[in-house]
Amino acid sequence: MLLQVPYREDLIGEPDTGVLAGGVITTLLDTTCGWAVALELQEMTSIATLDLRIDYMRAARPRETLQAQAECYKLGRSIAFVRGLAYETDPADPVAAAQGTFIVSSPAKPRGAGEVAGGASRTTEGAAEGGGERDRRVG
Amino acid sequence: MTDDTLAAVLARIPYVAHLGVRAELAGDEMTAILPYSEHLIGNPLLPALHGGVIGGFMELTAVIQLAIVQPDVIDRPSRMAKPIDVSVEYLRSGKPVTTFARASVNKVGRRIANVHVNAWQEARGAPIASLRGHFLMSGGE
Repeated sequence: MLLQVPYREDLIGEPDTGVLAGGVITTLLDTTCGWAVALELQEMTSIATLDLRIDYMRAARPRETLQAQAECYKLGRSIAFVRGLAYETDPADPVAAAQGTFIVSSPAKPRGAGEVAGGASRTTEGAAEGGGERDRRVG
Repeated sequence: MTDDTLAAVLARIPYVAHLGVRAELAGDEMTAILPYSEHLIGNPLLPALHGGVIGGFMELTAVIQLAIVQPDVIDRPSRMAKPIDVSVEYLRSGKPVTTFARASVNKVGRRIANVHVNAWQEARGAPIASLRGHFLMSGGE
């Protein structure tokens, strides 16, 4: 799952430097992590953020588009575990990292047979293949 | 810090205006206020506020409260505290009504501050989310 937020002056948190507000990165990572969970589900169901931790490694570079990628590395019956990164161009040089858990309204139906064995991770990038209507209670 | 000084600090931060955040002071205790607006919605079906907006709002609350604790940032907004890590716990769905938040600064060291924030809507005893985080204080550098 990959999402972008183009630089916008009304999202600045530090007027002297033009650096984006931390809250923008929080919102971007929350959204991307939520979509990463949605893409793992066979059918659209309600997803709610339970816990989201964000580590800020450095300030985002002013006037550059920020993007985030996220992967749902474990989808259980009621809880999904996700991690994500926010960066301008290079995931190896991240602005922030996120680790989150999401509540998936039951019954969650992981793709394929049964639970994901051994926590095998799946990265879904690009367009929302499971797109369309999406019901998320919180963000 | 007075309400006017506080409003002046907030007016310099574009993201504050984007969310529509206001703040009120009672002594050194600040209440941040996020009036409901349509562009804050994350789920139009319920409808519910976006989780990232609630997280960002609480993060702003922490940064503003730290500015009150360290008032030398008033003339230099670039010296406002910067987030190192935040952990957001979502407790209830954010309804399309006004949201409030208060921060308690548990410790301010020379470089690092530890802050907890609670956000609520109708009743303070029924918070919709809470945040705990570490912030880098740049005032001493």
